[in-house]
Amino acid sequence: MATIGELARLIRSKNAGPFVLTFDIMFADREVYERVKQSGALSREAVAARYNLPAADVQFFVCDNALAFKASIPRPFFQGDILDSDGHGGQQYAPLMDIEIPGQ
Amino acid sequence: MKEVRVLAASGVCGSGFREESLEEAMGRRPHFIGCDGGSTDPGPYPLGAGTTSFPAVSIKRDMRLMLLAARKAGIPLLIGSAGTAGGTPHVAAVRRIVEEIAREEGLSFPMAVIHAEQDKDYLKKRLREGRIKPLKPAPDFDEGVIDRAERIVGMMGEDPYLRALDKGAEVILAGRSSDCAIYAGIPVREGIPAGIAWHAAKILECGTASVEQRKSPDCLMATCRPDHFDVEPLDPSLRCTPQSIASHSLYENSDPYLHVESNGTIDLTASQYKALDTRRVRVTGSNFRPAETYTVKLEGSEKVGYQSVIVGGIRDPFIIRQIDDWVERLHARVHARVAEIYGGKLGRDKYFFNVRVYGKNGVMGALEPVKEITTHELCLLLEVTAPTQEIASAIASVTRHQALHLPIPEWSGLITGVACPYNPAYLERGAVYRFCVNHVVEPDDPYEMFPTEYVNVH
Repeated sequence: MATIGELARLIRSKNAGPFVLTFDIMFADREVYERVKQSGALSREAVAARYNLPAADVQFFVCDNALAFKASIPRPFFQGDILDSDGHGGQQYAPLMDIEIPGQ
Repeated sequence: MKEVRVLAASGVCGSGFREESLEEAMGRRPHFIGCDGGSTDPGPYPLGAGTTSFPAVSIKRDMRLMLLAARKAGIPLLIGSAGTAGGTPHVAAVRRIVEEIAREEGLSFPMAVIHAEQDKDYLKKRLREGRIKPLKPAPDFDEGVIDRAERIVGMMGEDPYLRALDKGAEVILAGRSSDCAIYAGIPVREGIPAGIAWHAAKILECGTASVEQRKSPDCLMATCRPDHFDVEPLDPSLRCTPQSIASHSLYENSDPYLHVESNGTIDLTASQYKALDTRRVRVTGSNFRPAETYTVKLEGSEKVGYQSVIVGGIRDPFIIRQIDDWVERLHARVHARVAEIYGGKLGRDKYFFNVRVYGKNGVMGALEPVKEITTHELCLLLEVTAPTQEIASAIASVTRHQALHLPIPEWSGLITGVACPYNPAYLERGAVYRFCVNHVVEPDDPYEMFPTEYVNVH
């Protein structure tokens, strides 16, 4: 068992324009990437659960050539709105870090 | 074999690049130099307030080097999204910088200034015609939003650039633009397939953001040929790898494979990435699907009000363990006190009071999955947004007093429950703005929203 935070080379979040928040989960080598992919632990549903959203609100992508997974969600508040707490969207990825991947 | 060599001086004009990298790039005889000057990344403030995100001195430093290099080589220089937001005041600020440099360096050249700030009557007309359509997710948009907006800009495609070049411009200073359009227009016109040219543009527009380990913003070059493009950084210590280039299509995009532009969609589903050596990558297989309807994306910013903010800390474990209840009681007290002071003259809908609790959910707000906190101290931001700065600060002063002495059941007697690091306790933030548009216009042609001035700079 390992967490995605331990296995990934980079997990990041960022604005994709002022209205959408996007997450990139990137791996350094194909073996680890395939292990995560085969486990099915990282999915549209898993991301939706972490951010308490309906799965239909999550776009989810598997990017083989970049050894990466990607998810995008609507921002809870538009960038810069008076209730927005993260103008660049850069610190919203922490809930993804402890998703567990079986095996070793 | 036909090739078009494209140089991106940096990801953003004003963020910098190495002078040695530019010199190295010029030795490879690029056909033109491009650089975008903006983004929505700095938020709604620059667009609303008419200010630039990078300071004028840093824009001038980059602009001087690019202008000198382009003039010496006799190649076009294309600057898009001038001055961060690409509205009228932003373009004017960068135009002054260009003119100053020309004077200082004794340069003269024909320049096109392409405007992107939108006429409100034009937008209302297109709205009435049903030719303004929402993207997803979009705020409500009506004539009231157009009236209230401080500024709305359109994001131009490559056509206004190409027309300016045809009319003899050697330097183009453009308002808000698609970043990719700066780089894709010329190669496509020279016969490079659109998929190759637009994908190369997509990589170029962020400068060295696509290298394996970016040290600082720098120049990036792409050589476009009929069936591929090659991309390489100019700084010899930087490397592009197939994975770094493939990964770059993820950055700041909601979809890693499809990128919508005015005249179509860049489709990277079939793109292949191959290392040419340890620092250059060859890309093949990228496609471009033309759009049925030409669209221009709008960006707009509306003033919300003026803000004053108190920064405060809490160390008392009794207050920390009841912080949600404490915040709720503070809200009630502030609203009651404002009603007393202003009578009926400042209704609850005329000002906004908000409390952020760092140490609990200040960073993630409603998205925060951790509900129980064990911290020994909290940081609070107490924010007041009101129609004038004076009112915002008046309410902030009232808030300070109410927060300091808000009683809790555990203690009897007068407490002082918030530590204020600043005196006065509040900071005046000035005007605050919000993005008010996420829509596209369907114009008659790619030019009607982007009037162009032709000037001789000397």
